[in-house]
Amino acid sequence: MLKASGIAKSFGGNEILRGISLDVERGELISIIGPSGCGKSTFLRCLNFLEHPDAGEVQVEGVTVASTGQWRRADEVKAHRLRGHVGMVFQSFNLFPHRTVLENVMLAPIQVKRMEEQTAHRIACELLEKVGLAAVQNRYPDRLSGGQQQRAAIARALAMKPSVMLYDEPTSALDPELSEEVLSVMRALDAEGMTQLVVTHDMRFARAASDRVLFMEAGQIVESGDPDVMFANPREPGTRRFLRTLL
Amino acid sequence: MTGATMMKRVMFALALALCGVWGVAGPGSHALADDMVAAGAKAPASPAAPLRVPGATDERDLPWASDGEANVPYVFHDPAHEGRMTGFEYDLMQAISARMGRHGRFVQNGWDGLIPGLSRDLYALVIDGIEMTPEHKAAVLFSRPYYVTVDRIVLRNSETGLDTLEALKGHVVGTIKSTAAERLLLDHDPSNVRSYDEETNLFSDLKNGRLDAILIDEPIALYYRSDDLKLVGSPIGRVAYGIAFPKNNPGLRDAVDSVLGDLMSDGTLHQILARWNLWTPQMADYTGDQTLPMIKPTAWTDYRQTMERMSGSSMQAMVHRYVSFLPLVASGALMTLGVSALAMVLAVAVGLVLALARAYGMAPLRWVAGVYVEVVRGTPLLIQVLFIFYGLPAFGLRLSPFAAGVLSLGLNYAAYEAENYRAGLLSVPRGQMEAAIALNMTHMQALRLVIVPQAFRTVVPVMTNDFIALLKDSSLVSVITLTELSQTYIRLSSTYYDYIGTGLMVGTAYLLVGLPFVRLARIAEKRMGRVVAKGHH
Repeated sequence: MLKASGIAKSFGGNEILRGISLDVERGELISIIGPSGCGKSTFLRCLNFLEHPDAGEVQVEGVTVASTGQWRRADEVKAHRLRGHVGMVFQSFNLFPHRTVLENVMLAPIQVKRMEEQTAHRIACELLEKVGLAAVQNRYPDRLSGGQQQRAAIARALAMKPSVMLYDEPTSALDPELSEEVLSVMRALDAEGMTQLVVTHDMRFARAASDRVLFMEAGQIVESGDPDVMFANPREPGTRRFLRTLL
Repeated sequence: MTGATMMKRVMFALALALCGVWGVAGPGSHALADDMVAAGAKAPASPAAPLRVPGATDERDLPWASDGEANVPYVFHDPAHEGRMTGFEYDLMQAISARMGRHGRFVQNGWDGLIPGLSRDLYALVIDGIEMTPEHKAAVLFSRPYYVTVDRIVLRNSETGLDTLEALKGHVVGTIKSTAAERLLLDHDPSNVRSYDEETNLFSDLKNGRLDAILIDEPIALYYRSDDLKLVGSPIGRVAYGIAFPKNNPGLRDAVDSVLGDLMSDGTLHQILARWNLWTPQMADYTGDQTLPMIKPTAWTDYRQTMERMSGSSMQAMVHRYVSFLPLVASGALMTLGVSALAMVLAVAVGLVLALARAYGMAPLRWVAGVYVEVVRGTPLLIQVLFIFYGLPAFGLRLSPFAAGVLSLGLNYAAYEAENYRAGLLSVPRGQMEAAIALNMTHMQALRLVIVPQAFRTVVPVMTNDFIALLKDSSLVSVITLTELSQTYIRLSSTYYDYIGTGLMVGTAYLLVGLPFVRLARIAEKRMGRVVAKGHH
C-alpha cells in the first residue's frame, strides 16, 4: 500500500540516502532503527515530501510522486494529493500553541477537507476520547504534559483519515512513563489495522510491537526482518554492533 | 519677505527643485511655446479668449493660495473670528476677484508647498509677500508689484544709536531667511547675522536680548513690534512683492495685471493699504498717487485691539482665548486621527504582504520586497510625502492631499512593519510549518492559519510603539496643506506668542488621540499573549 523505490537525498554533497526502496503492506507496523545520522528521519520525511528527494518515487494508495531532483509546482500538487493519505507525528509534537487541543484536531478537517464543523467536532471528540484526552480537550497545548501533547498530535493526524501514519521519534522527548501512554495508543491503532511506520530509539517497543524492523546505516537499509529474529540473532556486523552498544 | 510661519527655506528650495523637475518641465512643458505665442500675438487677455483658471470648480471661481498661518498682516486667521481669513493681501484678492467678476477662494498651503501647488494646478495663483527676486522669477511668472516696501531697523526701547547699517556693524542682528534684508546684512557684516524661520521667534529673541537689532520688511516690523520695541532710522533698500502664476498661464497674469492697474489708478489699492496702515511714501512714488485721503486705519486698530484683548494674561483673557481655540484643536485632532488610523491599516496590510514575500516568496518576489523595504526605510518620510503629492502627478497620478498623506505615511510605515513582521514570522518554529504541511494544508493555508497568527502575537508590542510613532509622524502631512494638530499648534502659538498654553492643549489632544490605540494594543496583547507568554518552549 506504500511503496518507495530508489529514494536518494544529498545535503550539500553529503549523501544521506543512497537509493532506498521499501514496500509496506496494509496493517503493518514497521520500526526503523539505526545510529544517529544514518538517515532514518530523512527517509521518513521523504515519504510525505517534507524533504524533496533528489531521486526516487513514492506511491501511496495509487498516488505516485516521482522526484527528478528539480521540484516543480506540478510535483507539489501531486505531493499534496499524496499527503492526503499520510499522517505524521513529530518528536517535538508541533501542536499549534494558539489553538486549543480540540481546535488543533478540528482545524485541518474543516480547512483542508471542507468538513462541516459539526462533523469535524464529532470526529475530533471521538478521537480525543480514544487517546484519553476528552477531559482536557479545551485546554491550550502548553497546559498539557508531553505525553498528552503527543497523543493530541496523534489524534490530530488521525482526524484526516490517513491510510498510513509516520512517526518521527515520537517518544524521544518523553520520560519513560509518559512514553508508555503514547506507545499504547500506537499499539491500539495497530490492533485496529492501521499501517504505521515508526522511527524510534525505543528498542523494547521495536521488538515487542513491530511486525517488521528495518536497520539503517549510512543511508541504506542494511537489514530487515522479524524483530525477534533480528534482535536475537543479527545477521549483519553493523546491526550487531549497533544492538550491542544499546543493550 | 513674508510672514509665513514655517519658513523652511531649504524645503522651499527643494520643493522648487521638485516642481522644476516634474511639475514645470512635465505638464508645463508647453510653457515656453505659450509664452512665445503670447509675446508674438501682443494681444494679451483678449476678451474673446477664455481665461484658463486652474483649480476652479466653476466658471466664476478664482482659487488663490497663501500660507495663512500667523502670516500677519498679509493673509491670516482673524484672531477676532478664528476660521475667518483677513489681511491686506486677502482684501486685495477680494477686490481683484470682484473686478474680474469672480469669487475669490482662499486655499491654504504651507509656504514650502505654495509654488509646487501652483505647477500642480491646485489653484490659479499665489499671493504671499513673495519678493520678485531673480531666483523666484526663474520659477514663476510675476504680476506687476502690488506692494513696494522697505526694510526697517527694530530695537529695544532702551537701545540707542543703532539706527543705520553702519552703526549695526559688530552687533548681532536678526532677520528672516532668504529675504532682501538678509542679503543686505550678509553683504555688510556676515558674521553677526542671525536668520530665523519665524517672525515670532525673531521678535522674542530681540526682547530677551539674544539679538541687538532686527532688520525686516516694514509691514512685519509694524505688526510684530510690541510696545517695548521701536522702529529707528530711515528706510533701507526696496522690496517689491508680486503675485505668482505658473509659467504657462500668461493669459491670467495679464488679466490680473490689468485689474491691478485699475485698482491703483482708482485708489482702491490705496484704500486697502491705508486701512491696514500700510500706505507708504514708497507706494505713493510707485503708483504716482500722491493724494492723502482721510482713511482711518481701521483694520490696523481692530487687529491691535483684538490682540491686546486675546493675548492678555488676565484669567478672563486666557479662558476666552483657550475656549476659542477648542474647535480648531478638535478639528486638528480629527485630521490627525483620520490620517493616522487609515495609514495604520494600510501599513499593516502592505507590511504583512511584504514580510510574507520576504520570508516565504520566490526569489524575484523576495528581491522586490527587499528593495522596497531598504529604499523606503532609507529615505526621509518628508521627501516621500512631497514626492507622492507633487512628484507623482507628472506620471499622471493626482491625489488629494488627504489621500497622498495617508498613502505616503502608510507606505512608509509598511516598510517598518514588514521587517517587524518578518522577524515575527521567523520566530515561529519550523516545526509549525511542517506540521501544517503534513496535515495537508497548502502553504497559503499554513501561513494564514498557523504561522501568521503566532507571528502576530509576538509583534503586537512593537506594533504599539510603531503606531504611536506614526501618530506623531503624521504631523509631516502638514507640508501638503493638511491642517492637523501640529500645524494647529504652530499657527496658534505663533499668532498669540503663547507656546505653553497651546502646547499643553495640543499635547493633551495627541495623548487623547493616542490613547485608544494603546488601549487597543493592550487588549490584543492580553488576549493573544495569554497563550504566547508560555506558548513556546
